[in-house]
Amino acid sequence: MQHAAQTDPVDLHAARVGTFKLQDTLFHQVTLAFAFLVLAALAGIMISLTIEAWPALKHFGPAFFWSNVWSVPEGKFGALIAIYGTVVTSIIALLIAVPLSFGIALFLTETCPVWLRRPLGMAIELLAGVPSIIYGIWGLFIFAPLFSQYVQPYLQKAFGDVPVLGSLFAGPPIGIGILTAGIVLALMVIPFVASVMRDVFETVPPVLKESAYGLGCTTWEVVTNIVLPYTRVGVIGGIMLGLGRALGETMAVTFVIGNANRIAGSLFAPGNSIASTLANEFGEADPGLHISSLFALGLVLFVITFVVLALSRWLIHSGTVKQGR
Amino acid sequence: MNLYSRRLWVNRIGIALSMLAMVLGLVALMWILWTLFSKGFSALNWDFFTHDTPAPGSAGGGLRNAIVGSLMILGVTTLVSTPVGILAGIYLAEYGSTSKFAAVTRFVTDIMLSAPSIVVGLFVYALVVATTGGFSGWAGSLALCLIAIPVVVRTTENMLRLVPSSLREAAFAIGAPRWQVSLKVTLRAVKAGVVTGILLAIARVTGETAPLLFTALNNQFFSADMSKPIGNLPVVIYQFAMSPYDNWVKLAWGGALLIAMLVLGLNIVARVLFRNKSSV
Repeated sequence: MQHAAQTDPVDLHAARVGTFKLQDTLFHQVTLAFAFLVLAALAGIMISLTIEAWPALKHFGPAFFWSNVWSVPEGKFGALIAIYGTVVTSIIALLIAVPLSFGIALFLTETCPVWLRRPLGMAIELLAGVPSIIYGIWGLFIFAPLFSQYVQPYLQKAFGDVPVLGSLFAGPPIGIGILTAGIVLALMVIPFVASVMRDVFETVPPVLKESAYGLGCTTWEVVTNIVLPYTRVGVIGGIMLGLGRALGETMAVTFVIGNANRIAGSLFAPGNSIASTLANEFGEADPGLHISSLFALGLVLFVITFVVLALSRWLIHSGTVKQGR
Repeated sequence: MNLYSRRLWVNRIGIALSMLAMVLGLVALMWILWTLFSKGFSALNWDFFTHDTPAPGSAGGGLRNAIVGSLMILGVTTLVSTPVGILAGIYLAEYGSTSKFAAVTRFVTDIMLSAPSIVVGLFVYALVVATTGGFSGWAGSLALCLIAIPVVVRTTENMLRLVPSSLREAAFAIGAPRWQVSLKVTLRAVKAGVVTGILLAIARVTGETAPLLFTALNNQFFSADMSKPIGNLPVVIYQFAMSPYDNWVKLAWGGALLIAMLVLGLNIVARVLFRNKSSV
């Protein structure tokens, strides 16, 4: 044993270290290459969408973005109808989802008994796991008929004679349309917004809340005067995350938005969002301007969601980092 | 009403509204699940799993081709995105705490987590379908990989960051090279968390429809050839639900129930698995 060790201990060791070094460099480079893949995917999406969209953008010029004509037979394409549908449905979704998510987050962090927090939080997260196509067929077959029968006529009766509001609820109550799409979207983004809000609410130092309670504040006052101001940035980040989700959602919207290429003032009217236009037309699009215009729509959608999600990530990040201070 | 009772009432109303919001969320979940069961359960019979999708207007039929196609696409997606995601996650956690490149990658991964899936479909169409001249199961898998990989990357990185550095240092101290420390010590320590991430990634892509519309397309007939258009559940559900035939709509509900159970099951397993392991 001793004899064997004496033969060449140093070289053996050096050889081993050498192999390890080589292996380590290799390992480093391989993991780096895979991390690079993710970056390459994003760059690839941007570049390929721009290349494919270029003929349409060149043909229509910047007017593509504000032209409200989308006509396949005439070969004229503009993005305004789809952008309008995307933005309006997302705004409706946020108007509904933000207060509800705030309520859920408030309940889960302040009033809910501790043993119920986990199962209820999980239930809300499961709502996020339901595939969007399920929301779509539920919205089309279950929600839309009930909505047209029980809700839309009453909205028209209540607001029909009010000057501005009345025009928002004008038109036949057919159940599917911009408003329905917004409501289904709201259901889909609630889990995302609510779980971000819950997470940032939990970063509030207990001593701050306890001081407020000690002064005699009610739960509502603690939440609105202490928790919300403290977590403002993170809450806005959560809302932006919901917005990013709502803007790009495809299947749920495609089922219930009605797929009509026009802009009507009424929220009951059918419309089209960028994603639903793509889902409906891309499969049967003619090569040339039509398909190129669809790629241009995809590019618009990707750029908008990229900006919104980047903002959201930055806000959530700076909102949760505060706890380490 | 004096100030004190006004504050009390504002509080009561606020709390009541927040409970109402919670109830509404739960009702929505229950309503959707109940709808799926009541409409979809009757469609799940022997034929559902052993017959292929019926032609327009013909009675009966099942979703065998779509189920097999979906499983194949998902299988390939899992096999590809697991190693890629884990290795990229290792890079971010073990090498990427200081580098600028890692910070950018982390940022991009977070964006890709919520990027519109239909745009990913467009990208793969332009990259693969338009250049090779055909829709295929491979293209569908590639699109799903692009959605699944960021999920695996982020969970792997977050899990690896939870490993105490004393564990790494102990391994380094006995002379283990870095790759062994990463693969055999830290990764093994967070195995359950990484598996959770993989399950969540599968759950995420199982119901994805939009990226498959222009990549895997659909196939009315049974096919196990990944280089051809291949039947898959989400696209079949989409097409059948929008159709005027009653038996198609019924099959769509059955498929929707199947997918929802799979996705929710994966979600629950992933969470339970992670909780059991992380409390140890």
